[in-house]
Amino acid sequence: MTEVPTTGPVPIGVPAVEVRGVDKTFSSKNGTVTALEGIDLAVAPGEFVSLIGPSGCGKSTLLRLIADLEAPSTGSVTVFGKTARQARIDQEYGIAFQQAGLLPWRTVRANIELPLELHGASRAERTARATELLELVGLSDFGGSYPDQLSGGMQQRVAIARALAERPRLLLMDEPFGALDEMTRERMQTELVRICGETGAAVVFVTHSIPEAVFLSNRVVVMSPRPGRIREVLAVDLGRAADRRDDLREDEHFFANVSAVRELLHGDQGARPAVRGVENR
Amino acid sequence: MRGAAVRTVGAPILLGIVALALWQLAVVALDVKPFVVPSPLAIGTAFGSTPDTILRAALLTGANALVGLLVGTVVGILFAVLAALSRVIDEITAPIVAGLAVVPIVALAPVFYTMFGANAQTARQLIAALAVFIPVFVNTLRGLRQVRPVHRDLMRAYAASPWQATRTVTLPGALPYLFTGFRIASSLAVISALVAEYFGGPIDGIGRAITTAVASSNYALAWAYVLGSILLGLVFYCATLALEILATRHRRRA
Ligand SMILES: Nc1ncnc2c1ncn2[C@@H]1O[C@H](COP(=O)(O)OP(=O)(O)O)[C@@H](O)[C@H]1O
Ligand SMILES: [Mg+2]
Repeated sequence: MTEVPTTGPVPIGVPAVEVRGVDKTFSSKNGTVTALEGIDLAVAPGEFVSLIGPSGCGKSTLLRLIADLEAPSTGSVTVFGKTARQARIDQEYGIAFQQAGLLPWRTVRANIELPLELHGASRAERTARATELLELVGLSDFGGSYPDQLSGGMQQRVAIARALAERPRLLLMDEPFGALDEMTRERMQTELVRICGETGAAVVFVTHSIPEAVFLSNRVVVMSPRPGRIREVLAVDLGRAADRRDDLREDEHFFANVSAVRELLHGDQGARPAVRGVENR
Repeated sequence: MRGAAVRTVGAPILLGIVALALWQLAVVALDVKPFVVPSPLAIGTAFGSTPDTILRAALLTGANALVGLLVGTVVGILFAVLAALSRVIDEITAPIVAGLAVVPIVALAPVFYTMFGANAQTARQLIAALAVFIPVFVNTLRGLRQVRPVHRDLMRAYAASPWQATRTVTLPGALPYLFTGFRIASSLAVISALVAEYFGGPIDGIGRAITTAVASSNYALAWAYVLGSILLGLVFYCATLALEILATRHRRRA
């Protein structure tokens, strides 16, 4: 199995992601919106970090800045020591969105091969890698199916396989399980934990589900809206993310962390039961 | 499965047979004159007595329609791609297309016959091509503009070149729209090529055959040619519909 040549060795101590003093404003006909203000964040290689906060607090915007799908208004974003733009061109990250975003006219296998194909991998390499990934996400029997023949959860697994195709050291995920039912979602979380353990990639994961953030993450970044700011960063003390199993969801440590994140989210709003747009389930 | 298929095909056929029988009965019982409407049997007999002349006339009109369909489609796609790529071309073509869309194109037939000579088929083919151009252009352009934001983001994340993005996302995404335009255009091509024959040009084609038969009071034959033109239109429609269905398989968004 040959590697797709994209990445060199990382010098020790260089973070996977470093966001420094970033503001982001959008201007439109109806004036300007400050989506993010004064954002500082570093993600270590192999670390799983979740961004959580109510709708409109700038989670997606922050992720898109890291992916160089948007440019910061002020401040800087670096990925493995490179500018975000260079990191994108060098294919340092894989990305998955809330919508699977598969190409409906391609088979599952051809969808997974898409990034490899665009970057000139040989047919043999593509086939071998797609076979590996299909197995990794448990869809070996569906390589020849079309996306419209799969359930939502299966489509999302294809999207994750596609994001992993070039063995990125960084995975960016924007509410990838947001459209799934609760049971499928928990199964996908368990699978993601396993996949991350196997690949050792750093992950920046946007969610608005507190238990999801706690179950998956080494650290949870709690954000607040208008303007989007980082309110607090909470280290989750549940052991190595890769070792987490389903039974952890019943564990009292898990509940303690969920409560801690919930309190941080509700912050100054005291006894109000829930921040709008944040799920407490 | 089989039962349902038999019913979807069988029901319209049965209905058609019943309608024809009622038509025949009405014409005979009420003694309807042939210039009002001939009986289906009379039309069938006229059709059966000269199937080769009807086929020849239909093929000629069909050939004109096909030339117009292909030329109009190629030009329509070309302009749609240019309009999608360039804002300037888009702004220039928009009013032209809007203007062309309200022109009853067959009205141009007499003018075109004097332009290209009354002995050539060019005028008829050109009219069909003009009629075809509009729906192909409009639908293809809509398809090309239909790229979903998530796919655009994906292509940027992959650092795909503009040509790679066009080839992997934009063009395949536009195909179903293109084929819908093509299907709509195919009927227009036949209608335009046929109606253009009413306004002059060479004395051939199925439209001309209809007017000639009516002029010589051979009403059953005129209706037989009408039947021929219906079959011609159906052939165009079914062929392009099959292409459209083929192109729109697996297109639910994911
Ligand atoms: N392209 C854009 N143009 C204008 N405003 C935007 C754009 N993208 C995001 N915003 C605004 O920025 C704020 C943060 O949005 P977003 O990052 O999508 O929030 P979240 O993902 O946390 O729900 C919102 O107020 C949103 O309206
Ligand atoms: Mg969002």
